[in-house]
Amino acid sequence: MDTAVADSLDPLIAELRSRGFAVVGPTVRDRAIRFAEITGAAELPAGQGDEQDPGHYRVVERDDELMFGFAASPDSAKRYTQPPRQALFRMREGTVEEAEQEAPRVALLGVRACDLAAIAVQDRVFLGRHPDPAYRKRREALFLVAVNCAVPGGTCFCVSMGTGPKATAGFDLALTELTEPHRFLVETGSERGADVLAGIPHRPASAADVAAAEEVSRVAATRMGREVDTENIQESLAAAHDSPRWAEVAGRCLACTNCTMACPTCFCTTVEDATDFTGSLAERTEVWDSCFTLAYSEVGGSPVRGSGPARYRQWLTHKFSTWYDQFGVSGCVGCGRCITWCPTGIDVTEELRCIR
Amino acid sequence: MAGPASRRPKLAVWKFASCDGCQLTLLDCEDELPAVAGAVDIAHFTEASSADGPGPYDLSLVEGSITTPDDLRRIQHVRRVSKRLVTIGACATAGGIQALRDFADVREYASVVYARPEYVATLARSTPISAHVPVDFELRGCPIDKRQLLEVIAAFLAGRRPCVPAHSVCVECKARGNVCVLVAHGTPCLGPVTQAGCGALCPAFNRGCYGCFGPMESPNARALNARLRELGMSTPELVRIYRTFNATEEPFRQAAEQAEQSEEADG
Ligand code: SF4
Ligand code: SF4
Ligand code: SF4
Ligand code: SF4
Repeated sequence: MDTAVADSLDPLIAELRSRGFAVVGPTVRDRAIRFAEITGAAELPAGQGDEQDPGHYRVVERDDELMFGFAASPDSAKRYTQPPRQALFRMREGTVEEAEQEAPRVALLGVRACDLAAIAVQDRVFLGRHPDPAYRKRREALFLVAVNCAVPGGTCFCVSMGTGPKATAGFDLALTELTEPHRFLVETGSERGADVLAGIPHRPASAADVAAAEEVSRVAATRMGREVDTENIQESLAAAHDSPRWAEVAGRCLACTNCTMACPTCFCTTVEDATDFTGSLAERTEVWDSCFTLAYSEVGGSPVRGSGPARYRQWLTHKFSTWYDQFGVSGCVGCGRCITWCPTGIDVTEELRCIR
Repeated sequence: MAGPASRRPKLAVWKFASCDGCQLTLLDCEDELPAVAGAVDIAHFTEASSADGPGPYDLSLVEGSITTPDDLRRIQHVRRVSKRLVTIGACATAGGIQALRDFADVREYASVVYARPEYVATLARSTPISAHVPVDFELRGCPIDKRQLLEVIAAFLAGRRPCVPAHSVCVECKARGNVCVLVAHGTPCLGPVTQAGCGALCPAFNRGCYGCFGPMESPNARALNARLRELGMSTPELVRIYRTFNATEEPFRQAAEQAEQSEEADG
């Protein structure tokens, strides 16, 4: 893997834009570090960090000028790989028309190692036994610029899940932000990545640059906010089907779906059918759904998982146990989003400890 | 494909105790109104036209709650002349803001407001339409959402089940890409216990949800209240937020009572 050093991200952003990519990166909106289209490095959240705890998120001022001194954003790549609403097909006067599948060219700047792992999990889901051509099209239209984590958050546990904090695969380019002087170590992960790197000012990395980047990832790995013991997790969780903890956690759970919506690997959808007033046009749309809704498990008019404990158990067991049965990997990559964005602060790492 | 005018399904819009906001939602469908008017014969809609077409009607949209003895008689008439009856808005589906009278003495209110309260014929409670006649579908909201109203009309025309999910506002909030105001700003939000439909409008403007679409399918208000207290909401604030648009909906009625009781337990 080639390594180089670049002093500024402006040329990279300009190069990606000139290649027809919308560059989507971290920027402060509505008092959170969101992923939105940016046109220059000045829009990155320099000097801003985040504070993440169960059910709690705040943007905070940092005492340095790091542009990537924060952990997982509320947004993940899922919004681009699997948008919340997609038209599937239309029926006009009884004739089926396939809906045009949109696949915008987007460069995601600042995805983390856990995000890349989540995309790899999604690839298994959507490109495995039943490949989804629309997903493939969107996936191929994505250019991924990873940034190695320097400042993990209070809800992160990628080290436990073996997915981070350093990006090792699945990116076009990977950056490590270095200080004194401020610069970025750049690794290339694909031919496209190398091609883009060739188009921007850079110099070969020195041994000191490489060592500094390794130190960033080494320190980050020691700063995980949370941990999970993954030994036998698949079996022990399956065996905990009748644990009294399910009822206890359901007492705190709102069945609001935030955890599943924020999770970068949760892929469940439902379909909505609409008709116009004349009855000559019908349209089917795929929309995000969650195993926390009652309609999700509705069979013959009533939900199979009507109780709160049954629904919480479905979510936790799918993520950490039955996902292995289905896809051969964990459904959780340790990003911590479900913990941070749970309104009542339910912490999957704590639940796992108590249930097993 | 609309047939001759006389063959189009007849639509009627009726008003009981309400602010007219939900009917205005229909008028607000500027872009879609021609298509609606092409598909149905709007035979009774005093908000839009004084023409009062004769019944019976294929679809009646009913706004407002039942608050007077006259309303009691009129809703029976509306039911008799309507093939399908859909209630629209918090007043018609839950009694509305005026159901706050249920928690007080309406005669006392009347004596404060009117010079001759004995001339005011009013009922002790404000009740939803479904308390008096069978209702085919209830569309929630204060006011209702235009997109959902059009969906319900289209569904009734096609004879299918309307796509009006009963899950929480949070589902729409995340799909819309809002930042969660409860988690990121510490702003109290009723979204987790409130039914979707508005498109997570308030959180999109950095406001907490006020619960105007009423309780979602499996509300856990006890758990949310514990969190809202941590965010600084007092007992009177909790009681007030549940006793606003849908005060008499059972889960919200209980949520307010729980808030009162848990303070007694604490204090
Ligand atoms: S389960 Fe939670 S921590 Fe794991 S990937 Fe999903 S959101 Fe992240
Ligand atoms: S946890 Fe629930 S929403 Fe997520 S993928 Fe599994 S079943 Fe779907
Ligand atoms: S665990 Fe938290 S985020 Fe998930 S449904 Fe329950 S309350 Fe909502
Ligand atoms: S802002 Fe309110 S409605 Fe939106 S996700 Fe948060 S709690 Fe739910």
